[in-house]
Amino acid sequence: MDTIAIPAINLAVIAPEVVLSVVAMALLLINVFVKSEQKGYLGYLSIAGILGTLLMLIPAWGSSVEGFSGTIIQDNFAIFFKVIFLISAAMSILITDKYLEREGCNQGEIYPLILFATVGMMLMASGTDLMTIFLGLEVLSVSLYVLAGFNRNNIKSNEAGLKYFLLGAFSTGFLLYGMALTYGATGTTKIAKIASYIAMNGVSSSNLMLVAGMILMSTGFAFKVAAAPFHMWTPDVYEGAPTPMTAFMSVGPKAAGFAAFARVLLVALPALKPEWSSLLWVLAVLTMTVGNITALYQQNIKRMLAYSSIAHAGYILVGFTAGNAVGTAGILFYMLSYAFMNIGAFAIIILVGKKGEENSNVSDYAGFGYRHPVLGIAFCIFLFSLAGIPPAAGFIGKFYLFSGAIQAGYIWLAVIGVLNSAASVYYYLRVMVFMYFKEPTEDFEWVKLTPAFVLCLLIAVIGVLVPGVLPGLFLELAQKAVLM
Amino acid sequence: MAGAYLPIILLLAIAVCFGLGSLVFSSLIGQKKLSAVKLQPYECGCEPVGSAQERFSIKFYLIAMLFILFDIECVFLYPWAVLFKRLGVFGIMEMGAFMLILFVGYIYIWKKGALEWE
Repeated sequence: MDTIAIPAINLAVIAPEVVLSVVAMALLLINVFVKSEQKGYLGYLSIAGILGTLLMLIPAWGSSVEGFSGTIIQDNFAIFFKVIFLISAAMSILITDKYLEREGCNQGEIYPLILFATVGMMLMASGTDLMTIFLGLEVLSVSLYVLAGFNRNNIKSNEAGLKYFLLGAFSTGFLLYGMALTYGATGTTKIAKIASYIAMNGVSSSNLMLVAGMILMSTGFAFKVAAAPFHMWTPDVYEGAPTPMTAFMSVGPKAAGFAAFARVLLVALPALKPEWSSLLWVLAVLTMTVGNITALYQQNIKRMLAYSSIAHAGYILVGFTAGNAVGTAGILFYMLSYAFMNIGAFAIIILVGKKGEENSNVSDYAGFGYRHPVLGIAFCIFLFSLAGIPPAAGFIGKFYLFSGAIQAGYIWLAVIGVLNSAASVYYYLRVMVFMYFKEPTEDFEWVKLTPAFVLCLLIAVIGVLVPGVLPGLFLELAQKAVLM
Repeated sequence: MAGAYLPIILLLAIAVCFGLGSLVFSSLIGQKKLSAVKLQPYECGCEPVGSAQERFSIKFYLIAMLFILFDIECVFLYPWAVLFKRLGVFGIMEMGAFMLILFVGYIYIWKKGALEWE
């Protein structure tokens, strides 16, 4: 009997993912064998795992290696995104420990789940086959459903988990249907082969099956990145989920969604660019406007940041619509700086809360700037960056996203983006007004600042200010990672 | 193209007609001698005990979920067993990795007490 020929496997391509998965599984086992008082160490072990993975990734920069018969690739684009995922996972883990202790749900499973979610995101970023992307998305989503409902004694967290699960499963259906139609139209699920099939056979926008596949896949990805009109789940899930997980969910999975979205649209379907860029134009305008206008009315700061994260997805879609090198580099740069500023802002929100009541109304921040001057300044830096005011990184990112749109001829899109960005300044500044110009209404105790929190905030401040002041190096990296 | 599916469509039509037809005709021309015993819900031939809408433990769901997980493991083991010789060392290594991952989950649920009924 002859042996079956095994297709070329290049384990080096998925080595970082393998390491992270093994660390996650080891943590899962350690978790059930140690006493509950020692579970704080799990967080540090998971950060060690993340650092190890980072060290494996960084030397691979500049190379482009394929594996598993072309279903997975490790190129600059993937590595750039993977670094964003790992940074956001590590920063979220730094602020998780004390939060769980305060809320009384100190279960060690949260660390393996974060790591598994990160593995899923990494697979999404390096998948060059629709199936690999889908697999990564499922690994990510299933972990996230659990993470959203992790605080199981809290009814809102339960609601968040269930809502995310139901809507997420539904949107996955859309994505899968789109992939099936694309396969039907081109006969392959490999991203490069889809593009070459379309180019060779002259399949164009007249092929309804392909266009329908593109639209359905876009729907699925738009749901994952919380773009309007598929954003309805976001505020409830972000508000109900444990705050460190909200920080993680608003950065990592969003970046992963954009990474996979970019690879599918820019590499597999460049032939449909007129179609998808007009689709994304509408999505971008809707997302920015809905996100910003709804955020204006929010009293709860977690909900406000949820709507603001919708608006930020809209800014990124502007760079996407442009579809050129400047716009795509802008997406990469923006995702990186967004990770720092958003997780930093959520870290401050955790510090202001206490068990059960999270003090998450904007009015709870009255007098915060005077009681805690350093934390107040840090919060201001994050909010300025979110609003896109120089010298923070958020400004440079937006600048590149919008200039990409202008270069591609979408002047009106850039104008709407800038107007939206101006409107968003209102609700970010409102928090600062409460922090510095209002007297505190009542005395409430603050969470103790632990070294882990300080480290997370320090990384976040550096990550916002350094790319903002010296954008050259980071932009160069982003330009090298662009998919074209 | 469509001709190839004709036998299947015919089979489906006959199946539907036979199923519906026997129900309709037996209700039209069948004799109905109803009695209290005949109208009882059927419970394996025994006398019905209690309501059919009982609450049962959530543990059943947990067990069902775990069962599906490890059932899938068996599903994957069968094709491997069939092609065991042809897959060679590669197959053993792949299945080893697969089983190892499932084994981690098994230890986890065991230590967590998911397999204990009380």
